[in-house]
Amino acid sequence: MSSTEKFRSEFRTWLRSGLTGEFAALKGRGGPGREHEAFAERLAWERHMAAAGWTCIGWPQEYGGRGATLEEQVAFHEEYALADAPARVGHIGEQLLGPTLIAFGTDGQRDRFLPGIRSVEELWCQGYSEPDAGSDLANVRTRAERDADGWSVTGQKIWTSLAHESQWCFLVARTGPGTHRHEGLSYLLVPMDQPGVEVRPITQLTGTSEFNEVFFDAARTGADNVVGEPGDGWRVAMATLGFERGVSTLGQQVGFRRELEELIALARRNGAAGDPLIRDRLARAWTGLEIIRFNALRMLDGAAAGAPGPEASISKIYWATWHRELGELAMDVCGADGMLADGAPYDLGDWQRLFLFSRADTIYAGSNEIQRNIIAERVLGLPKEARA
Amino acid sequence: MRFGEEHQELRTAVRSLLARHEGAAAWGPLTRQIGAAGLAVPEEHGGAGCGPVEVHVVMEELGRALAPVPYLGSAVLATQALLAAGDTGLLPALAEGRTTGALAWAENGSWRPEAVRARAVCGADGWRITGVKDHVLDGADADVLLVAARTETGLALFHVPSGAAGVEREAHTTMDLTRPQATLRFDGTEARAVGADGDRVLAHVRDLACTALAAEQVGAAERCLELTVAHVRDRVQFGRPVGSFQAVKHRLADAFVRVESARSAALGASWAAADGSPDLSRYAAVAKSACSEAFSAVAGDMIQLHGGIGITWEHDAHRYFKRAHGSAQLFGSPAGHRDRIAEVLVGPRGAGAERPA
Ligand SMILES: Cc1cc2nc3c(=O)[nH]c(=O)nc-3n(C[C@H](O)[C@H](O)[C@H](O)COP(=O)(O)OP(=O)(O)OC[C@H]3O[C@@H](n4cnc5c(N)ncnc54)[C@H](O)[C@@H]3O)c2cc1C
Repeated sequence: MSSTEKFRSEFRTWLRSGLTGEFAALKGRGGPGREHEAFAERLAWERHMAAAGWTCIGWPQEYGGRGATLEEQVAFHEEYALADAPARVGHIGEQLLGPTLIAFGTDGQRDRFLPGIRSVEELWCQGYSEPDAGSDLANVRTRAERDADGWSVTGQKIWTSLAHESQWCFLVARTGPGTHRHEGLSYLLVPMDQPGVEVRPITQLTGTSEFNEVFFDAARTGADNVVGEPGDGWRVAMATLGFERGVSTLGQQVGFRRELEELIALARRNGAAGDPLIRDRLARAWTGLEIIRFNALRMLDGAAAGAPGPEASISKIYWATWHRELGELAMDVCGADGMLADGAPYDLGDWQRLFLFSRADTIYAGSNEIQRNIIAERVLGLPKEARA
Repeated sequence: MRFGEEHQELRTAVRSLLARHEGAAAWGPLTRQIGAAGLAVPEEHGGAGCGPVEVHVVMEELGRALAPVPYLGSAVLATQALLAAGDTGLLPALAEGRTTGALAWAENGSWRPEAVRARAVCGADGWRITGVKDHVLDGADADVLLVAARTETGLALFHVPSGAAGVEREAHTTMDLTRPQATLRFDGTEARAVGADGDRVLAHVRDLACTALAAEQVGAAERCLELTVAHVRDRVQFGRPVGSFQAVKHRLADAFVRVESARSAALGASWAAADGSPDLSRYAAVAKSACSEAFSAVAGDMIQLHGGIGITWEHDAHRYFKRAHGSAQLFGSPAGHRDRIAEVLVGPRGAGAERPA
């Protein structure tokens, strides 16, 4: 048995015995568009995973991880999805901030923050987007000023996932006067539980809420809580985005496969499978799923496996578009039934939620258009867009 | 799914050879200098003992150059049919490239084994075949003719010796001039049985053929994209390169995603073939349908983004566009392959209960 297979079977065995008792009911709960589901119970489950050493497995051992190889991490994500285990709650800290601190943080920052991420005692949110800085992230307006005992942060963030559950936020803010675009930004770690921070949930198209507006009004954080040099935040923020487009997406095709299989079962039950066009689209979806997997395997095999380059944009565009089309197909399979919600207050079924929320896949973590710009300019070498 | 150094060397060798020998003239050097025809033939039958991954590399390069050589018809279809049937006598000459082979297989525009109507009857003087075969790659000129025909006990594969009486070969003018096809008519033609298990042989050959063709489509699509990117970087309109317009950039970025995802599908199939995976059929259907659609789309973009030049006979764009059409239909259309997938995935056609409109 290869070491990856050993790892896989060890995790599978643990999952099988772990997802029982009080946790059994958590199967299939949570995930994009459904983050509100059983949040407290999912948090408890994730702490249970942490206690057994199954969080942050890709981190080096010296920082509390297992130093798992990429193959092992993929196996981990696959097994997790195969077990129908609940959607993770600590992924932002584990997959975005953790690797950033390991790469750019000070020893003090790593000692202070990594254990809390690993044990899932502290949840994190990502404060990048602002009302005037979405795709154009360099347009950030939030300011941070250095004074005698730390930083004072003022500004507004938006679309901040899970800010209402998080103890900490990593954000980019302008430091120092006269800074412009990519210059003079700093990457700060800010506690959420303080008078200067207000979180207002935003209701999404599903009727539920998992992202927020966050207002900082002279919010405080310690002098030590800047990652990288002050003014060098853009480089750090970009590295975090690289992690966002990396390994964590490699295991997701298992969940996609489950969705497609359930959709086929529904099509068989309700007769939609008798429609030749639906058959063709189901087969096309399945073809795309295989390609998602082969794309992921190639990314793993590639020289750039450690840090996905612009090629990661291929994966992002492909899977996001695929998932959105699956949502549309699901509605066509549901037929007229898809018009009706389960009941008040706006209780949508799983297929409706997939249909609606998969529209977000082509927007967050760099919209399809932004990914296309990256491919066109950095991979195909086409001339740059004129930018302000 | 990673190529090794030896694959890169093979790629470089094939690419530079195709640059030096244009058109059909490449076949001689390809077989003599590189041993291309025998790459996937075991050493004991005169080949190099390599497999589907090496075939993949060669096909990608042939696709890039749209080389009109009988590699697919002879080195893939005929050779792999003989290997699958376990009849090895003809292999050394095919592997060396001294002879070329053709597999007469499709009928009435279909490559599905069920579509075969040609009949083989065994009399006192041996087997005799009667029937009509379409779309036989290199069928007008091939030395070795292999024919799929139905016997009383099922589908089987036959070898029609060269010079046999009762064979009529009609060469066609193909829309894609770089891939010759013929219709072959057999009328009580003398034949030798080379394998009885025709369903298995044809199914396996189809998987390998689709896998190889998918690689060719990726190579050709990649070349279309390269040429188009080069063009839009040079061509200036409104005082700037047309490639700086986002409508053009995004179209090419999408083309890139298509080509690379098609490549993933083709590599997946080639590696499955190399590993002898039981899932090869599935992956071959995925690869053939995805690569056909990717190549067709990218070849179409190539014409569009070349403007008026793209509509001329002079420019290569139409050759890629025509090859894209031809190879999308060859061995079954993308929708046809998805139908095979649906068969497994969803169940037999017409089985689902009708749903009220
Ligand atoms: C579910 C969800 C969760 C999110 N979670 C977080 C989070 O936790 N933290 C966080 O910081 N952010 C988060 N975001 C925000 C997300 O990163 C942004 O929404 C995204 O970057 C797009 O920015 P925008 O919404 O301002 O759209 P805009 O940038 O205003 O874009 C509007 C449209 O114009 C297109 N466009 C913009 N610029 C260009 C260009 N140069 N060329 C071509 N087209 C262009 C875009 O693709 C889009 O279609 C989340 C978003 C969603 C949907």
